[in-house]
Amino acid sequence: MTDDMAAIFREEVRDLLESLEKGLLDLKARPADMGLVNQVFRDLHTVKGSGAMFGFTELAAFIHEFETVFDRIRAGALAVTPEILRLALAAKDEIPGLVEGLADPEGRRGQILEGLQAVMGGGAVAEDAAEVAEGAGAAGIGAAGPQRLRFRLSGAALAMGARPELVLDELRGLGAEGIIADLADLPPLDRLDPEACAIGWEMDLPAGVTEAQVEDVFLFVDAEWKLTPAPVAAADAAPAAAGVAEAMTIAAPLAGTATDAVAPGSAPAAVAAAAAPAPAARGDQAGATIRVPAERLDALMDSVGELVIVEARLTELARQSRDPALIATAEQITRLAGGLRDATMTMRMVPLRSLVGRFRRLVMDLSDKLGKPVDFVVLGEETELDKTVIEKLADPLVHILRNAIDHGMETQAERAATEKPREGLIELSARHAGAEVLIRLRDDGRGMDVAKIRAKAVAKGLIPADAVLSEAQTFALIFEPGFSTAESVTELSGRGVGMDVVRRTIDSLRGSIEIESKPGLGTSVTLRLPLTLAIIEGLLIEVAGERYTLPMPTVQEIVELPPEKAQARRAGDFLDIRGRFVPFLRLRSLFDCPGQPGAAQNVVIVQSGETRVGIVVDRIVGTNQTVIKQMSKLHAGVRAVSGATILGDGSVALILDVQHLVGMGRLQGEPGQAPKEVAA
Amino acid sequence: MTKTVLTVDDSPSIRRMIAMTLQEAGYAVIEAVDGQDGLSKALAQKVDAIITDQNMPNLDGLGFIRALRQHPQGKGIPIVVLSTDSEEGLKTQAREAGALGWMVKPFSQDKLLAVMRKVLG
Repeated sequence: MTDDMAAIFREEVRDLLESLEKGLLDLKARPADMGLVNQVFRDLHTVKGSGAMFGFTELAAFIHEFETVFDRIRAGALAVTPEILRLALAAKDEIPGLVEGLADPEGRRGQILEGLQAVMGGGAVAEDAAEVAEGAGAAGIGAAGPQRLRFRLSGAALAMGARPELVLDELRGLGAEGIIADLADLPPLDRLDPEACAIGWEMDLPAGVTEAQVEDVFLFVDAEWKLTPAPVAAADAAPAAAGVAEAMTIAAPLAGTATDAVAPGSAPAAVAAAAAPAPAARGDQAGATIRVPAERLDALMDSVGELVIVEARLTELARQSRDPALIATAEQITRLAGGLRDATMTMRMVPLRSLVGRFRRLVMDLSDKLGKPVDFVVLGEETELDKTVIEKLADPLVHILRNAIDHGMETQAERAATEKPREGLIELSARHAGAEVLIRLRDDGRGMDVAKIRAKAVAKGLIPADAVLSEAQTFALIFEPGFSTAESVTELSGRGVGMDVVRRTIDSLRGSIEIESKPGLGTSVTLRLPLTLAIIEGLLIEVAGERYTLPMPTVQEIVELPPEKAQARRAGDFLDIRGRFVPFLRLRSLFDCPGQPGAAQNVVIVQSGETRVGIVVDRIVGTNQTVIKQMSKLHAGVRAVSGATILGDGSVALILDVQHLVGMGRLQGEPGQAPKEVAA
Repeated sequence: MTKTVLTVDDSPSIRRMIAMTLQEAGYAVIEAVDGQDGLSKALAQKVDAIITDQNMPNLDGLGFIRALRQHPQGKGIPIVVLSTDSEEGLKTQAREAGALGWMVKPFSQDKLLAVMRKVLG
């Protein structure tokens, strides 16, 4: 609180004390005047309330008893006596001292309080105890299994300014899924009361959400709600999917029934208006969402993938046939397949929020267990990712989160010795960046110790003692199997498994991990993940008669290879791109292709993370829809290729692993580290 | 669009604290010194939310809410009542009078902003 405020408060107290004194003196003459009693009570109440607001807790506590006496008098339980007035005036005289923070060497305040308690017969103490007991009931432990929440606003709630859409938002924040509107009580349009909300809602809440949390959501809404354990069918589905509900919610717009003109500005009324004409046609109250088992969506995605391949083949055949009717039909199919592909992918998108609920719980449990208070902040939890990515992401994020609290966060004592706030900060943020999603877990802990990691890696035999490593390379060592920096193995982390699993999982999702860390300031771990795993936009290129695909989102630009660079050299191939040196790789050399390239070669500049690398190719063929097919187990060791796709003419093109190529390019950029592939 | 909040309190320091906190967070704030003043101000201009004390001279918080809800333009405005722990019964009465919810004094600036976000989105 600013000094300004404290000054305003002091002035206010002076005014109130004047009014209070006058009131008490008048009461002496007219002890039965309830107007005076009310005024005295109000003055005391204001001093107490404002005092507590501005940190004068001692003052507020002192006045509490004083106020209670006059509350009793107000209620008729106590009469104004000369003794009460004597005590009240004495108490009033103590207030300026309390405001100025003066001590009470003679113990006058204690005597006054005892006197006030005596006139009330000691009843106030018991009442206070009852209040405390009531307050304690609000806490609670979340249910062990999934839960079902139903709620319905009171008839007057909308007129009172309640906003159901905000309530739904908050519940989604708690992890609510499968939200269904109950339209059973919805009257026909001509009898619709625009001020009443006739819709009820029903949804699944994850395990661990407490009654108190739900109560908090409804603090500003007059609603009836009920939290019950979820029905068994829903509970069965939950464990297999690692926290992401197996059945996904699909928004199904009620085609053609929405009338924009009705009740603008009032969301529930608009929903009601949209739904009102429909019940007869639909015959039931299924609401705006349906639940579909995830495997059906997977099957749908597979079919769409096949369709996209066949569509490419059809387009190619139509082009060759030169038949206008066939070409027109093929174009239509292309458009439809594109729409179907986008719609299918959207259905598979799940917000990161579905994971966040259990992270909150994990952070809370860990911080309690380790005695490290942590403030867990989540940004961008509405960011959507493919369902498969979200499912696979759960475990890696748990590992990183555990590490951040267990290893990253200082103990309370260590933290107290720094200038940092007592509470540690862990921030989980997610955002879209092109066709990638960036998920960052940042802590303000002690940061990673490069020397310590290096020593550990040498001791574990992961690197030779004289290895030359950059900071980033050193940090990357923690993802090596068997690496653990914990000084002692704890129950929570530090068993030496986990971080290597994290990297393997992220690799399998075609993602990447970057670590940034500053000693004493904290660590941030960034995961880059593709939006979807199934179909990507690709750039088709040709090298020595073979065609390859580069994921389009990674492609920054395409330039011509300057003639003076055309001949293959040893390491140190760089291009000057608008003043920045970009290393480049020759795919011909990399793949050991025989023969000579044509006169004009192109360089595709690709980017992964912050690094750009050029890739020299013979020819750019064009863009295409790339349905990603996984490589067989036999090819698991092939590093530069991440998958394969089938082209329109039925041939197969390999999908290049840009992240790996960029890694090779980066090595080339560091002196003396030229990889063999480039030198060939 | 800037949201306007009306704060009704007979204590200038609480009114200032609420006004300063909300203004810093980008809300427009109108101050009223009691229920009567609050009523005329709430009816004179468009207000998006109201924070009112209960114990005030002339017209108290509940009286103010009841009076405001009688007017067509007073419906639908979220109203938060400031109460203290010692006023248990007030919560139910406030709901019945037409308040959306209450906030227990003392409260922090963060708490105040959290409540406003909850009420106004």
